[in-house]
Amino acid sequence: MARIDLVDLAHSYGGPHAPQDSYALKPVTMTWRQGGAYALLGPSGCGKTTLLNLISGIVTPSHGQILFDGKDITPLSTQKRNIAQVFQFPVIYDTMTVGQNLAFPLRNRGVPKAEVDARVKQIADLLDLTPNLNRKATRLTADAKQKISLGRGLVRSDVAAVLFDEPLTVIDPELKWQLRSKLKALHRELDLTMIYVTHDQTEALTFADTVVVMHDGRVVQSGTPAELFDKPAHTFVGYFIGSPGMNIVPAQVSGHEARVDGHTIGLHRNYGVLPKDKKIEIGVRPEFVDIAAPASGLLSATIERIDDLGRIQFARVRVGNAKFAARVPPGFSPSGDTAGLVFNPAHVHVYADSHLVEGVA
Amino acid sequence: MDKTVNQKAWFLVLPVFAVVAFSAILPLMTVVNYSMQDTFGNNQFFWNGVGWFKELLDPSTDLGGRFLASLGRNLFFSAVILAIEVPLGIVVALSMPREGWSVAACLVILALPLLIPWNVVGTIWQIFGRPDIGLMGYVLNAMGIDYNYVSNDIDAWVTVIVMDVWHWTSLVALLCYAGLKSIPDAYYQAAQIDGASRWAVFRAIQLPKMNRVLLIAVLLRFMDSFMIYTEPFVVTGGGPGNSTTFISIELVKIALGQFDLGKAAALSLVYNLIILIVCWVFYTVMTNAGTERKPQEGAA
Repeated sequence: MARIDLVDLAHSYGGPHAPQDSYALKPVTMTWRQGGAYALLGPSGCGKTTLLNLISGIVTPSHGQILFDGKDITPLSTQKRNIAQVFQFPVIYDTMTVGQNLAFPLRNRGVPKAEVDARVKQIADLLDLTPNLNRKATRLTADAKQKISLGRGLVRSDVAAVLFDEPLTVIDPELKWQLRSKLKALHRELDLTMIYVTHDQTEALTFADTVVVMHDGRVVQSGTPAELFDKPAHTFVGYFIGSPGMNIVPAQVSGHEARVDGHTIGLHRNYGVLPKDKKIEIGVRPEFVDIAAPASGLLSATIERIDDLGRIQFARVRVGNAKFAARVPPGFSPSGDTAGLVFNPAHVHVYADSHLVEGVA
Repeated sequence: MDKTVNQKAWFLVLPVFAVVAFSAILPLMTVVNYSMQDTFGNNQFFWNGVGWFKELLDPSTDLGGRFLASLGRNLFFSAVILAIEVPLGIVVALSMPREGWSVAACLVILALPLLIPWNVVGTIWQIFGRPDIGLMGYVLNAMGIDYNYVSNDIDAWVTVIVMDVWHWTSLVALLCYAGLKSIPDAYYQAAQIDGASRWAVFRAIQLPKMNRVLLIAVLLRFMDSFMIYTEPFVVTGGGPGNSTTFISIELVKIALGQFDLGKAAALSLVYNLIILIVCWVFYTVMTNAGTERKPQEGAA
């Protein structure tokens, strides 16, 4: 159990002298608090697995330090770091029974037999593996195998953090929910720091109390699911989280107004005068834009299709050349191809070169 | 179900049938025929029933004694070379590099002995081991070790075994290397996290994952070593005395040396049968090992 600090941590697979643009992980400084449930969310190749492997010690960083409870453990090998890691594909030792699999990390560390047995029993109870303790691990299903991999991490009483590298990839959908809620329960019960890598936003948002969104080797935002939804710090976060993602359209912004396609949209905050050399965009989630009958005061859009998601309908529209998604209010049925868009000013954000600009209230 | 009946298809099968008949079935049936008869030359044959087979299994007769003695040598030879080549092949595979240019270099070097024709291997070692002009034989004798594979039984055996190890360990190593390459990195990483020692990694991950290829390696090496003929024939000619006379060498002596076609035919049928049976046993073991690994439904 530990707080994990990353200090100016960066990694390049091409060696420390490669240009920084090519770094798999660009310098990051952040703190993972003890007992937190974190999700590392991002598309494939964004550096999230690299970051995870740096923490577990499988990869040695090109720059920076990793501190566990303030102690620099960067030069320590994986064995000495007290990290548990669950991989994408279940790793189990074929020739051993479930019990022997669970005992393996303890036996390797020379723990007395009585203590090993007690600990294995306890963890097997926790993970509902007790009925299978004496079975060959190879005969179990993928989700049980994944539980064994997890169990091998948990048997060690001194484990600092449990890292998950997309652990539900090979699990059947209906079992995914079970296993995910099991993880949540374990987290509450054991007070462990858990870091969960995934590219699936549902997994990230349901598992974690803090979601760290990564893009192109950088941490672009870290916050609660609600923060990521309400106030994305980067256009990538807006786009990546939410389904459909945030609408982002080029605009001219000054003071309380944004001009899009010759139409003026009111803003909740005052943005003064923004720098001319940056690309200015406004972003608004489809949930906060309604379509309405075309009217002179509204931004007009061309309806392309309506997606019915069951409890909510989204209209896919086009504003000028930009694609846009907007909510279809209950009871509203559009007539014809054109519609007007009604914005909720409190949820319209302004971005300069993809980064959020904080306005003045 | 309606099947299209087209008798013309038989004509397409006919060429294959003819080739197989002339290349395998007819020669085999000739051997079966010979094994029941005796001949004194002049193409005159006399019916002998199962007489040769009875003799084969009776150590008090000349034929039986020679067969059982050479069978013993064959089994001993196969056991020794398996005991050496399998562990050695595993060690070689484990110590091979995993990536970089050196992988290709290692693979080429390992493959070289496998590409040399059997009788060339025999000739190489025959000359290599000669005490007068051979590098190994000369050096050993210069070091004070009295080594002569022509006159000493043990030296002859050592030479034949070392030669086979030199020739075929590569095969085991290459198979094991392929098995090792197929282990995902995650296993090694998990083992690191679990604090496994090098030996524990080998026992818990590498050996179980090499299981299948090792079975194939053992099967191939057993078959091949059990049928060995060329190399010992070139190096020792079966001697000194009969000490390195394997079944195949005995067979050639009986068939071509003594022209005892009946005895040779019976011997070759039994020889063939032994190999088929061992093959079948290995095959069964391997298939069973495969089914055991299938995960069961509803085990969670």
